[in-house]
Amino acid sequence: MHPVAEKIQQAFPEAFRQAVEWRGDLAVQVAREHLHAVCRYLHDDPGMDYDYIVHVSSVDWPDQPERFEVVYEFYSIRRRARIRVKARVPEDDCVVDSMTDIWKGADFMEREVYDMMGIRFRNHPNLVRILMPDDYPEGFPLRKDFPVRGKGWRDTFPFLGEKTI
Amino acid sequence: MGLTENSPPDMNLIQVSRGHDKDGDLGLTLTTLEKAVNWARKGSLWPMTFGLACCAIEMIAAVSARYDIDRYGAGVFRASPRQSDLMIVAGTVCVRMAPVIRKIYDQMPEPRYVIAMGSCATSGNIYDSYSVVQGVDRFIPVDMYVPGCPPTPEALFDGILKLQEQIMQRRVFYTKPPEQVQA
Repeated sequence: MHPVAEKIQQAFPEAFRQAVEWRGDLAVQVAREHLHAVCRYLHDDPGMDYDYIVHVSSVDWPDQPERFEVVYEFYSIRRRARIRVKARVPEDDCVVDSMTDIWKGADFMEREVYDMMGIRFRNHPNLVRILMPDDYPEGFPLRKDFPVRGKGWRDTFPFLGEKTI
Repeated sequence: MGLTENSPPDMNLIQVSRGHDKDGDLGLTLTTLEKAVNWARKGSLWPMTFGLACCAIEMIAAVSARYDIDRYGAGVFRASPRQSDLMIVAGTVCVRMAPVIRKIYDQMPEPRYVIAMGSCATSGNIYDSYSVVQGVDRFIPVDMYVPGCPPTPEALFDGILKLQEQIMQRRVFYTKPPEQVQA
Protein backbone atom coordinates (compact mmCIF):
# COMPACT_ATOMS: atom_id res chain seq x y z
CA MET A 1 0.00 0.00 0.00
CA HIS A 2 1.04 3.55 -0.57
CA PRO A 3 2.97 4.98 2.44
CA VAL A 4 0.57 7.90 2.78
CA ALA A 5 -2.39 5.52 2.85
CA GLU A 6 -0.63 3.43 5.48
CA LYS A 7 -0.11 6.50 7.63
CA ILE A 8 -3.76 7.41 7.33
CA GLN A 9 -4.76 3.89 8.27
CA GLN A 10 -2.50 3.96 11.33
CA ALA A 11 -3.77 7.36 12.46
CA PHE A 12 -7.45 6.68 11.77
CA PRO A 13 -8.08 2.92 11.86
CA GLU A 14 -11.81 3.45 12.44
CA ALA A 15 -12.14 5.87 9.49
CA PHE A 16 -10.08 4.10 6.86
CA ARG A 17 -12.04 2.03 4.37
CA GLN A 18 -9.83 1.40 1.38
CA ALA A 19 -7.02 2.86 -0.69
CA VAL A 20 -6.69 2.54 -4.43
CA GLU A 21 -3.57 3.43 -6.33
CA TRP A 22 -3.80 3.57 -10.08
CA ARG A 23 -1.09 4.94 -12.36
CA GLY A 24 0.44 6.95 -9.56
CA ASP A 25 -2.85 8.43 -8.36
CA LEU A 26 -3.69 7.69 -4.75
CA ALA A 27 -7.35 7.64 -3.74
CA VAL A 28 -8.33 6.99 -0.13
CA GLN A 29 -11.88 6.28 0.94
CA VAL A 30 -12.78 7.18 4.49
CA ALA A 31 -15.92 7.16 6.62
CA ARG A 32 -18.02 10.27 6.37
CA GLU A 33 -18.00 10.94 10.14
CA HIS A 34 -14.20 11.17 10.21
CA LEU A 35 -13.69 13.00 6.91
CA HIS A 36 -13.02 16.34 8.56
CA ALA A 37 -10.52 14.88 11.04
CA VAL A 38 -8.67 13.05 8.28
CA CYS A 39 -8.46 16.20 6.19
CA ARG A 40 -7.30 18.22 9.19
CA TYR A 41 -4.57 15.65 9.66
CA LEU A 42 -3.60 15.81 5.98
CA HIS A 43 -3.34 19.57 6.16
CA ASP A 44 -1.62 20.03 9.54
CA ASP A 45 0.73 17.08 9.83
CA PRO A 46 4.22 18.13 8.71
CA GLY A 47 4.74 14.78 7.00
CA MET A 48 1.59 15.28 4.93
CA ASP A 49 1.46 19.03 4.35
CA TYR A 50 -1.35 19.06 1.77
CA ASP A 51 -1.71 22.83 1.70
CA TYR A 52 -3.59 23.30 -1.58
CA ILE A 53 -7.12 22.16 -2.34
CA VAL A 54 -7.37 21.31 -6.01
CA HIS A 55 -10.95 20.31 -6.46
CA VAL A 56 -14.16 19.23 -4.81
CA SER A 57 -16.53 17.09 -6.79
CA SER A 58 -19.20 14.50 -6.29
CA VAL A 59 -20.44 11.31 -7.90
CA ASP A 60 -23.94 9.85 -8.05
CA TRP A 61 -24.21 6.06 -7.85
CA PRO A 62 -27.97 5.56 -8.07
CA ASP A 63 -27.92 1.79 -7.58
CA GLN A 64 -25.78 1.65 -4.48
CA PRO A 65 -27.04 1.96 -0.90
CA GLU A 66 -24.84 4.93 -0.08
CA ARG A 67 -25.79 6.88 -3.13
CA PHE A 68 -23.47 9.86 -3.28
CA GLU A 69 -19.75 10.24 -3.04
CA VAL A 70 -17.88 13.46 -2.22
CA VAL A 71 -14.39 13.64 -3.67
CA TYR A 72 -11.73 16.01 -2.40
CA GLU A 73 -8.42 16.39 -4.15
CA PHE A 74 -5.45 17.89 -2.34
CA TYR A 75 -1.96 18.82 -3.40
CA SER A 76 1.18 19.41 -1.39
CA ILE A 77 3.20 22.12 -3.03
CA ARG A 78 6.29 21.37 -0.97
CA ARG A 79 6.18 17.57 -1.41
CA ARG A 80 4.72 17.72 -4.91
CA ALA A 81 2.27 15.01 -3.93
CA ARG A 82 -1.37 14.57 -4.74
CA ILE A 83 -4.11 12.73 -2.91
CA ARG A 84 -7.79 12.10 -3.45
CA VAL A 85 -10.05 11.59 -0.46
CA LYS A 86 -13.53 10.14 -0.94
CA ALA A 87 -16.45 9.71 1.39
CA ARG A 88 -19.79 8.07 0.72
CA VAL A 89 -22.99 9.88 1.64
CA PRO A 90 -26.43 8.25 1.87
CA GLU A 91 -29.37 9.93 0.20
CA ASP A 92 -31.58 10.31 3.27
CA ASP A 93 -28.88 12.13 5.27
CA CYS A 94 -27.03 14.09 2.61
CA VAL A 95 -24.54 15.99 4.78
CA VAL A 96 -20.77 16.11 5.16
CA ASP A 97 -18.55 18.47 7.12
CA SER A 98 -17.33 21.51 5.29
CA MET A 99 -13.60 21.99 4.75
CA THR A 100 -13.79 25.76 4.59
CA ASP A 101 -12.18 26.09 8.04
CA ILE A 102 -9.11 24.22 6.77
CA TRP A 103 -8.87 25.43 3.16
CA LYS A 104 -10.58 28.72 2.33
CA GLY A 105 -10.65 27.66 -1.31
CA ALA A 106 -13.20 24.97 -0.58
CA ASP A 107 -15.92 27.61 -0.31
CA PHE A 108 -17.02 28.02 -3.94
CA MET A 109 -16.32 24.41 -4.88
CA GLU A 110 -18.50 23.08 -2.07
CA ARG A 111 -21.21 25.50 -3.13
CA GLU A 112 -21.01 24.07 -6.63
CA VAL A 113 -21.35 20.52 -5.30
CA TYR A 114 -24.36 21.63 -3.28
CA ASP A 115 -25.86 23.38 -6.31
CA MET A 116 -25.41 20.52 -8.73
CA MET A 117 -25.79 17.42 -6.53
CA GLY A 118 -27.64 18.59 -3.43
CA ILE A 119 -25.07 17.48 -0.88
CA ARG A 120 -25.09 19.87 2.09
CA PHE A 121 -21.96 20.89 3.93
CA ARG A 122 -22.14 21.35 7.69
CA ASN A 123 -20.57 24.60 9.01
CA HIS A 124 -20.27 26.11 5.56
CA PRO A 125 -20.37 29.94 5.88
CA ASN A 126 -22.63 30.61 2.87
CA LEU A 127 -24.23 27.51 1.42
CA VAL A 128 -26.37 28.88 -1.40
CA ARG A 129 -26.54 28.03 -5.07
CA ILE A 130 -23.67 29.37 -7.15
CA LEU A 131 -24.34 28.44 -10.79
CA MET A 132 -28.11 28.12 -10.95
CA PRO A 133 -30.48 30.93 -9.98
CA ASP A 134 -30.88 31.28 -6.24
CA ASP A 135 -34.54 30.28 -6.30
CA TYR A 136 -34.23 27.38 -8.74
CA PRO A 137 -37.07 25.09 -7.70
CA GLU A 138 -36.49 21.93 -9.70
CA GLY A 139 -33.87 20.12 -7.69
CA PHE A 140 -30.26 19.34 -8.45
CA PRO A 141 -29.35 19.03 -12.14
CA LEU A 142 -26.39 16.66 -11.94
CA ARG A 143 -28.24 13.89 -10.14
CA LYS A 144 -28.83 10.85 -12.31
CA ASP A 145 -32.61 11.05 -11.88
CA PHE A 146 -32.74 14.62 -13.23
CA PRO A 147 -34.10 14.55 -16.80
CA VAL A 148 -31.46 15.08 -19.45
CA ARG A 149 -33.83 16.68 -21.95
CA GLY A 150 -36.77 19.03 -21.76
CA LYS A 151 -35.49 21.26 -18.97
CA GLY A 152 -34.39 24.18 -21.16
CA TRP A 153 -35.52 27.68 -20.22
CA ARG A 154 -38.52 28.71 -22.27
CA ASP A 155 -40.83 31.10 -20.53
CA THR A 156 -39.77 31.82 -16.95
CA PHE A 157 -37.90 35.10 -17.21
CA PRO A 158 -38.89 37.18 -14.20
CA PHE A 159 -36.85 40.18 -15.37
CA LEU A 160 -39.06 40.72 -18.43
CA GLY A 161 -41.62 42.79 -16.57
CA GLU A 162 -39.03 44.86 -14.73
CA LYS A 163 -37.45 48.12 -15.68
CA THR A 164 -33.80 47.29 -16.13
CA ILE A 165 -32.29 50.66 -17.00
CA MET B 1 -23.03 69.61 -62.07
CA GLY B 2 -24.42 66.30 -62.96
CA LEU B 3 -27.75 67.07 -64.54
CA THR B 4 -27.66 68.46 -68.04
CA GLU B 5 -30.36 69.61 -70.39
CA ASN B 6 -30.03 66.23 -72.08
CA SER B 7 -31.32 64.51 -69.00
CA PRO B 8 -34.33 62.31 -69.53
CA PRO B 9 -37.60 63.72 -68.31
CA ASP B 10 -37.97 61.30 -65.42
CA MET B 11 -36.57 63.82 -62.96
CA ASN B 12 -38.47 62.21 -60.13
CA LEU B 13 -36.08 59.28 -60.08
CA ILE B 14 -35.09 58.22 -56.64
CA GLN B 15 -31.39 58.42 -57.38
CA VAL B 16 -30.02 60.39 -60.30
CA SER B 17 -26.30 60.57 -60.69
CA ARG B 18 -24.79 62.11 -63.76
CA GLY B 19 -21.43 63.14 -62.39
CA HIS B 20 -18.17 61.32 -62.33
CA ASP B 21 -19.09 59.48 -59.19
CA LYS B 22 -15.97 57.34 -59.32
CA ASP B 23 -13.94 60.52 -59.01
CA GLY B 24 -15.88 61.54 -55.98
CA ASP B 25 -18.10 63.95 -57.92
CA LEU B 26 -21.54 62.68 -57.14
CA GLY B 27 -23.17 65.40 -59.13
CA LEU B 28 -26.77 65.83 -58.19
CA THR B 29 -28.44 63.04 -56.33
CA LEU B 30 -32.11 63.06 -55.66
CA THR B 31 -33.44 60.73 -53.07
CA THR B 32 -35.87 60.60 -50.23
CA LEU B 33 -34.73 61.63 -46.80
CA GLU B 34 -35.94 58.31 -45.46
CA LYS B 35 -33.75 56.44 -47.90
CA ALA B 36 -30.75 58.60 -47.08
CA VAL B 37 -31.21 57.98 -43.36
CA ASN B 38 -31.56 54.26 -43.92
CA TRP B 39 -28.49 54.25 -46.14
CA ALA B 40 -26.48 55.95 -43.42
CA ARG B 41 -27.77 53.54 -40.81
CA LYS B 42 -27.06 50.40 -42.78
CA GLY B 43 -23.56 51.57 -43.67
CA SER B 44 -22.44 52.17 -40.11
CA LEU B 45 -23.65 49.23 -38.10
CA TRP B 46 -21.50 49.29 -35.01
CA PRO B 47 -21.71 45.90 -33.33
CA MET B 48 -21.67 45.28 -29.62
CA THR B 49 -18.78 43.05 -28.54
CA PHE B 50 -20.83 40.16 -27.30
CA GLY B 51 -19.37 36.69 -27.75
CA LEU B 52 -20.71 33.93 -25.55
CA ALA B 53 -19.29 30.69 -26.92
CA CYS B 54 -17.64 29.15 -29.96
CA CYS B 55 -19.62 31.36 -32.36
CA ALA B 56 -17.60 34.25 -30.98
CA ILE B 57 -14.49 32.71 -32.53
CA GLU B 58 -16.11 32.87 -35.95
CA MET B 59 -17.21 36.43 -35.24
CA ILE B 60 -13.61 37.31 -34.39
CA ALA B 61 -12.47 35.63 -37.60
CA ALA B 62 -15.00 37.75 -39.50
CA VAL B 63 -13.28 40.87 -38.15
CA SER B 64 -9.85 39.67 -39.20
CA ALA B 65 -8.06 40.82 -42.34
CA ARG B 66 -8.96 37.73 -44.34
CA TYR B 67 -12.73 38.25 -44.15
CA ASP B 68 -12.81 41.94 -43.18
CA ILE B 69 -16.23 42.76 -41.80
CA ASP B 70 -15.33 46.45 -42.27
CA ARG B 71 -16.33 46.12 -45.94
CA TYR B 72 -19.94 46.28 -44.78
CA GLY B 73 -19.40 49.09 -42.32
CA ALA B 74 -19.98 46.72 -39.42
CA GLY B 75 -16.43 46.45 -38.17
CA VAL B 76 -16.30 48.98 -35.37
CA PHE B 77 -16.86 46.69 -32.42
CA ARG B 78 -17.73 48.74 -29.36
CA ALA B 79 -17.29 47.66 -25.78
CA SER B 80 -20.20 49.77 -24.61
CA PRO B 81 -23.86 49.25 -25.49
CA ARG B 82 -24.34 53.02 -25.52
CA GLN B 83 -22.22 53.29 -28.67
CA SER B 84 -23.48 50.30 -30.60
CA ASP B 85 -26.36 49.66 -32.99
CA LEU B 86 -26.13 45.94 -33.57
CA MET B 87 -25.94 43.14 -31.04
CA ILE B 88 -24.58 39.91 -32.48
CA VAL B 89 -25.56 37.31 -29.90
CA ALA B 90 -22.87 34.76 -30.69
CA GLY B 91 -23.20 31.59 -28.68
CA THR B 92 -25.14 29.59 -26.12
CA VAL B 93 -27.27 31.73 -23.85
CA CYS B 94 -27.32 30.40 -20.31
CA VAL B 95 -30.05 31.40 -17.93
CA ARG B 96 -27.76 33.45 -15.71
CA MET B 97 -26.71 35.44 -18.77
CA ALA B 98 -30.29 36.19 -19.86
CA PRO B 99 -30.94 39.21 -17.59
CA VAL B 100 -27.55 40.63 -18.58
CA ILE B 101 -28.39 40.39 -22.29
CA ARG B 102 -31.75 42.04 -21.68
CA LYS B 103 -30.09 44.83 -19.72
CA ILE B 104 -27.48 45.44 -22.41
CA TYR B 105 -30.16 45.42 -25.08
CA ASP B 106 -32.16 47.98 -23.12
CA GLN B 107 -29.09 50.19 -22.81
CA MET B 108 -28.50 50.32 -26.57
CA PRO B 109 -29.85 53.47 -28.24
CA GLU B 110 -32.44 53.07 -30.95
CA PRO B 111 -32.43 52.13 -33.75
CA ARG B 112 -30.96 48.86 -32.60
CA TYR B 113 -30.72 45.54 -34.32
CA VAL B 114 -30.12 42.00 -33.09
CA ILE B 115 -28.57 39.12 -35.00
CA ALA B 116 -28.93 35.70 -33.38
CA MET B 117 -25.79 33.98 -34.59
CA GLY B 118 -25.75 30.20 -34.63
CA SER B 119 -28.26 27.56 -33.63
CA CYS B 120 -27.75 28.06 -29.89
CA ALA B 121 -28.78 31.70 -29.89
CA THR B 122 -31.56 30.85 -32.34
CA SER B 123 -33.14 27.88 -30.63
CA GLY B 124 -30.88 26.47 -27.93
CA ASN B 125 -29.55 23.84 -30.36
CA ILE B 126 -29.31 20.37 -28.78
CA TYR B 127 -28.94 21.84 -25.31
CA ASP B 128 -32.44 21.37 -23.96
CA SER B 129 -30.94 21.16 -20.50
CA TYR B 130 -31.22 22.81 -17.12
CA SER B 131 -29.13 25.89 -17.87
CA VAL B 132 -29.71 26.84 -21.51
CA VAL B 133 -32.25 29.35 -22.80
CA GLN B 134 -34.09 27.94 -25.83
CA GLY B 135 -33.38 30.87 -28.13
CA VAL B 136 -32.52 34.47 -27.38
CA ASP B 137 -35.79 35.58 -29.00
CA ARG B 138 -37.56 34.47 -25.86
CA PHE B 139 -36.62 37.71 -24.17
CA ILE B 140 -35.36 40.17 -26.83
CA PRO B 141 -36.65 40.80 -30.36
CA VAL B 142 -34.38 39.35 -33.05
CA ASP B 143 -34.05 40.83 -36.55
CA MET B 144 -31.97 38.18 -38.29
CA TYR B 145 -31.18 34.55 -37.56
CA VAL B 146 -27.94 33.07 -38.87
CA PRO B 147 -28.01 29.26 -38.97
CA GLY B 148 -24.95 27.12 -38.46
CA CYS B 149 -22.99 25.50 -35.70
CA PRO B 150 -20.98 27.66 -35.71
CA PRO B 151 -21.76 29.75 -38.82
CA THR B 152 -18.80 30.61 -41.01
CA PRO B 153 -17.84 34.28 -41.40
CA GLU B 154 -19.49 34.18 -44.82
CA ALA B 155 -22.75 33.10 -43.22
CA LEU B 156 -22.49 35.94 -40.74
CA PHE B 157 -21.91 38.35 -43.63
CA ASP B 158 -24.98 36.96 -45.33
CA GLY B 159 -26.94 37.77 -42.20
CA ILE B 160 -25.48 41.27 -42.06
CA LEU B 161 -26.22 41.91 -45.74
CA LYS B 162 -29.78 40.69 -45.38
CA LEU B 163 -30.16 42.87 -42.31
CA GLN B 164 -28.91 45.82 -44.37
CA GLU B 165 -31.50 45.05 -47.04
CA GLN B 166 -34.11 44.96 -44.32
CA ILE B 167 -32.92 48.26 -42.87
CA MET B 168 -33.23 49.90 -46.31
CA GLN B 169 -36.94 49.03 -46.35
CA ARG B 170 -37.72 50.39 -42.93
CA ARG B 171 -39.86 53.36 -42.20
CA VAL B 172 -37.99 56.10 -40.40
CA PHE B 173 -40.46 58.87 -39.67
CA TYR B 174 -43.21 57.36 -37.63
CA THR B 175 -43.86 56.73 -33.98
CA LYS B 176 -42.77 53.30 -32.98
CA PRO B 177 -45.17 51.32 -30.84
CA PRO B 178 -43.66 49.92 -27.66
CA GLU B 179 -42.06 46.53 -28.04
CA GLN B 180 -44.07 43.55 -27.08
CA VAL B 181 -42.12 40.57 -25.83
CA GLN B 182 -43.93 37.42 -24.91
CA ALA B 183 -43.23 36.62 -21.28
